[in-house]
Amino acid sequence: MTAVTNAPPEKRSHGDQAPPKPRRRLGDLKVAMVFLIPATIGFVVFYIWPTLRGAYLSFTEYSLLEAPKFNGLDNYERMIHDSFFWNALGVTLEYVAINIGVQTVLAVAIAMLMYRLTKSITFRAAILLPYLVANVVVALVWYWMLDFQVGIVNQGLTWIGVDPVAFFGDSHWAIPTVAGINVWRHMGYTALLVFAGLQTIPTYVYEAAEVDGASELKTFWRITLPLLRPVLVMVLVVTMIGSFQIFDTIAVTTQGGPINSTRVIYYYIFERAFTRFDFGYASAMAMVLFAILAIVSLLQLRLLRAKESDLA
Amino acid sequence: MRRPVSVGRILAWILLIVLLILTLFPFYWMLRTALSNNTALAGNPGSLLPVETTLGAFKRVLGLSTIEEAQAQGGSGASVNFWLYLRNSLVVATITTVCQVFFSAMAAYAFARLRWPGRDKVFALFLAALMVPPIFTTLPNFVLIKNLGLLNSFAGIILPGAFMTPFAIFFLRQFFLGISRELEEAAMIDGAGHRRIFFGMIIPMSAAPIATLAILTYINSWNDYFWPLLVGQQENVRVLTVALGVFRSQTPQGGPDWAGLMAATLIAALPMIILFLAFAKRITNSIGFSGIK
Repeated sequence: MTAVTNAPPEKRSHGDQAPPKPRRRLGDLKVAMVFLIPATIGFVVFYIWPTLRGAYLSFTEYSLLEAPKFNGLDNYERMIHDSFFWNALGVTLEYVAINIGVQTVLAVAIAMLMYRLTKSITFRAAILLPYLVANVVVALVWYWMLDFQVGIVNQGLTWIGVDPVAFFGDSHWAIPTVAGINVWRHMGYTALLVFAGLQTIPTYVYEAAEVDGASELKTFWRITLPLLRPVLVMVLVVTMIGSFQIFDTIAVTTQGGPINSTRVIYYYIFERAFTRFDFGYASAMAMVLFAILAIVSLLQLRLLRAKESDLA
Repeated sequence: MRRPVSVGRILAWILLIVLLILTLFPFYWMLRTALSNNTALAGNPGSLLPVETTLGAFKRVLGLSTIEEAQAQGGSGASVNFWLYLRNSLVVATITTVCQVFFSAMAAYAFARLRWPGRDKVFALFLAALMVPPIFTTLPNFVLIKNLGLLNSFAGIILPGAFMTPFAIFFLRQFFLGISRELEEAAMIDGAGHRRIFFGMIIPMSAAPIATLAILTYINSWNDYFWPLLVGQQENVRVLTVALGVFRSQTPQGGPDWAGLMAATLIAALPMIILFLAFAKRITNSIGFSGIK
């Protein structure tokens, strides 16, 4: 994944072999500080400080109008009894499961097809195109195409004799629809990541399999997939973290409806913070989301033994 | 390649082409709808060509047609001005990209080419920020921007992303590490300082990766929705993505102005599509190479 080809890390000790003179030990510290001034300002003000402040706010009651009031674990206790919170978590999990499941299978399929059929850059560029368009644009185009009455998809369904589906209006369909839209946006991008992984598998492995008379399917299951595992794990970690943060699509289409069926955790946090001005509670939920994401990534890396390659 | 034409190969090609059509069709549909007359659209929802082809929808969202004209073609008649939002998006994306890439390059230079105690630990700390989900820092950042009185200003929208992102520093550091030290030492002997090495050597030698990063940053910044939605609601700083959301929520429930909406989405998407077509090879190749992005 982070297979940067032409950048061997420099293995030089800080002071080289020179006898430890005080000036040498500090090295280029002064210059480095100058070069780091802007980045450090940004890092401290917009990353470190808000992270600490966010953690603190999660233990307070804060409406933006008066100073935050410390209230211990009240927010977390409230969360346990908040059925909307649990609903939001459930909806988010459903979304992630559908989104990641379908997307990963399709991405591997596309990558395999490209790998076997064409290495054309035009093709790869075309398949990447949706990823470069804003979530909001993608959401609106599909909102139109999936419209109940005049959308082209329902027109197509009518032509083949299927009853039209209220993709956004039916509470059972809404989450799979949103998940599908984002599969459309991300599958080409994910396929390119997998494709890059496929290219790292040496061809002699395939040649050996062919000599042994292995079938195409068997080669895929026994060779390609196991050797692809480290790449797949990284792709899964990255796409899943992104998937948990679904917001844009829902904000411009269903806005949490119908009947709470698409109120994902990001959207619920947004609503709590910016329409109810319940910043303390929203921060506590963001904290929980943070913890969930950390656990999910660690579990994936562990379970799939990301760092080991079978090619040793 | 290895085998002659087989049934499997033909099926594989068909599958790939179907996927390609699925990928590209919505773009065509955007265009087809945007070029249609909205009042005629509902009567002909399945037509593969524009219905009563007209540029009316574009004129409508760019504020170039009168209210009567707009309403005759199924617009709401409310004044919309996507020129303004286009300008705002340009301002935000351009300033964000220039500042972020430049400052990140400076930091990457300090992490890759300079030697100082604690360097790798500080770098690891910067990278650790990638783990924090954006919403977690967004809430306190909003409070900060509000307290600074920067709500509904370009500064408020741009500031959080202007100084650095961990990814940008990581990305550039990888390239800076690869530049040979001999060149740098030769320049030093000639009396060049770090400033001259940075501007005269490192930046020109890394022009390609810097350009790639700048393009990716520009696209991300252009497409961002969440942050500008929170801090840039007012019309004078409203960017395209936010404007699209507003336009969609203003459209009447009974007969939405689909043609207008698609014309607006096309205006928002087109600059990125053009940018992509111009740099397709560079962008496509950067994915998988740089890994996570």
